[in-house]
Amino acid sequence: MTAATTVEQPNFFQAKRGLFSWIFTLDHKRIGLLYLYSVGSFFLVGLTLGLLMRLELLNPGKDIMEAQTYNQVFTLHGVIMIFLFIIPSIPAVFGNFFLPLMIGTDDVAFPRLNLFSWWLYVLGALFALSTLVFGDGPADTGWTFYAPYSVNTTTNVSLSVMAALVLGFSSILTGLNFIVTIHRLRTPGMGFNQMPLFAWSLYATSWIQLLATPVIGITLLMIFAERTFGVGLFDPSIGGDPILYQHMFWIYSHPAVYIMALPAMGIVSELIPTFAQRTIFGYKAIAYSSMAIAFIGYFVWGHHMFTSGMSGPAAVIFSILTFMVAIPTAIKVFNWVATLYKGSIVIEIPLLFALAFIFNFLIGGLTGLVLGALAADVHVHDTYFVVGHFHYVMFGGTGFAFMGAMHYWFPKIWGKMYNKLWAGIAFAFVFIGFNVLYFPMFILGIMGMPRRYYDYLPEFHPLNMISTYGSWILAAGIVIMIVNLIVSKRKGEKAAANPWNGITLEWQTSSPPPLHNFDKMPELPEGGPYNYPNAKNA
Amino acid sequence: MNHTFTLPNSGHNFDAKASKLGMWLFLYTELLLFGGLFLVYMVYRYLNQEAFLEASYELNVWMGGINTVILLTSSMTIAMSITALQKGDKKLSVTLQWITIAAALAFLVIKYFEWGAKFEHGLFPGMEHYNSLPVGERLYYYLYFFMTGLHALHVIVGGVFIMVVIKKVENGSVNQKRYSLLENSGLYWHLVDLIWIYLFPLFYLIH
Repeated sequence: MTAATTVEQPNFFQAKRGLFSWIFTLDHKRIGLLYLYSVGSFFLVGLTLGLLMRLELLNPGKDIMEAQTYNQVFTLHGVIMIFLFIIPSIPAVFGNFFLPLMIGTDDVAFPRLNLFSWWLYVLGALFALSTLVFGDGPADTGWTFYAPYSVNTTTNVSLSVMAALVLGFSSILTGLNFIVTIHRLRTPGMGFNQMPLFAWSLYATSWIQLLATPVIGITLLMIFAERTFGVGLFDPSIGGDPILYQHMFWIYSHPAVYIMALPAMGIVSELIPTFAQRTIFGYKAIAYSSMAIAFIGYFVWGHHMFTSGMSGPAAVIFSILTFMVAIPTAIKVFNWVATLYKGSIVIEIPLLFALAFIFNFLIGGLTGLVLGALAADVHVHDTYFVVGHFHYVMFGGTGFAFMGAMHYWFPKIWGKMYNKLWAGIAFAFVFIGFNVLYFPMFILGIMGMPRRYYDYLPEFHPLNMISTYGSWILAAGIVIMIVNLIVSKRKGEKAAANPWNGITLEWQTSSPPPLHNFDKMPELPEGGPYNYPNAKNA
Repeated sequence: MNHTFTLPNSGHNFDAKASKLGMWLFLYTELLLFGGLFLVYMVYRYLNQEAFLEASYELNVWMGGINTVILLTSSMTIAMSITALQKGDKKLSVTLQWITIAAALAFLVIKYFEWGAKFEHGLFPGMEHYNSLPVGERLYYYLYFFMTGLHALHVIVGGVFIMVVIKKVENGSVNQKRYSLLENSGLYWHLVDLIWIYLFPLFYLIH
């Protein structure tokens, strides 16, 4: 810091120090980082469990664990990855950190509620982890907790559903906070249609969090009560209806898929115009398609239950509605591709992740249509085809967007640049490993390999081996990426405040941002949030 | 030096509209929470019509009716207390809030006697008499305890919320100019009332 510059404000890392200044902070940036560290840790736990499952499936028969252990491992993998990683990942980490910056304010609308959400997340995580040490160990029901098995098993289902319940409340409060923030705290002059698309996608996501999560809350509470008092709400042997449970579970859990996917689409909508250095094609189409996905997403839950007993007309309606979700999704993909066309493309790591997102999500989305079609679903239901599909959407989509966002905003968060060579190597490993890991699952599914077993028939052996090798490549890539980011954070070159020449508001402040985000009024770009002044085709 | 620069749209400003919007959004989540239970009630009522009818005769319509009147009146008193504060009558506002809390307590006392009678008849899930009932009636009582229990919990939370507001009105941090917290407690109380207005006919009146 030379004497010639004006006295610089301390950045938000320097403003206060000590453990308590973090875990009781009201600063949205610090809360975002708290989420990053906690969500990231659970991602590694979930990843390890996934690796163990793949290792078990390397050969037919028992490799490293018993069937019961495998059942518990895949349940814990699901619970951790869904409730502790993907649902909070992009909204709670990058939404918290960047939503206020991008709309030009200094915090979310309810900073204390925001901290409370994180504490609830920690409490939920403790509940989930406590299943490991008490009684018969973690639940073995799958993350869906299907009744009646979840009512009868002696494993720790009650603690697991309490974990999901508490995490649900954390998610609701984050969503509530973001909706109010977007309505009330946009910088003067920024209308809804001048908002960055990431903010739009968070807005759509928040509505789903708010309106879908309570349903799972009450459903899980009923499972809890059923286990405690032995009343037959869902268990048919004591008068309940298990199909009703499935309906209520998916009334939340299908929209929850869009809680996971929409923010990722928002990230891609930021990355593409920045690295193409041109206006996004079809701003309003992308913004409103987020809302359309959120809306239609409420009415498609039945497609998880085509084989579990549903009237013909209901199944047809759910199938048609499922196909309708593909329309706004495709609108986004076409707009992203059209934005790249004739853009001044700069190939940087975040853009690679965005392009990989489009590639993976396309495969994930189209195989989703196979599953949404009634006749085809009967064939591939509960096979590895489903496992391949949702990992392509969740990991190939949301996971890749998360990693892209991590690299994109890394210089803004820490003021350092990551090592681009190692980041590129990590990307190659992750992208190749991911596809080697999950693509064989589609073929296995078509061949008829059922999911959720620790064993399989000999004819599935070769493809399972390839898949397991893929998991090692993927894990290596993730380790390289994390090491690279940690080393770069400590020893990386100092990054400019705006290394990507972005024009959304977060790039107008210094890196890392000062405690109150902006030292002067942020200036809105003329003519929309992505109107790059020097673009050739402006 | 820009130490003093603060954005006009700061998240740390007091914003009555934001807190009211936040409260409304929270109320939506509450409605959906009970919505799940209403859905379950609907399905099981449809599947066990006779049993639900039979079991519903066991409830005391008079006690439920008195409780409905009490809650409706308390909704009125909390609304009046908001108007009183807006007009600057702090004392009247506090009195009206205390009346609301008294109504909440009265509701809970009546509820206690109602539940107590059911316990005496062995109708709580897990009790001997309960276990000998046909499946449909068991579901009815189970839903009765679950839904009115969750509602009673909301009555308690609402009462505590209003007590907090009373304290804040008395020390002046909620006042004639800044009354959104009182308004929010009122909104929450109306929700508690509203849910009861659906619970009452569903359990007591449909014959």
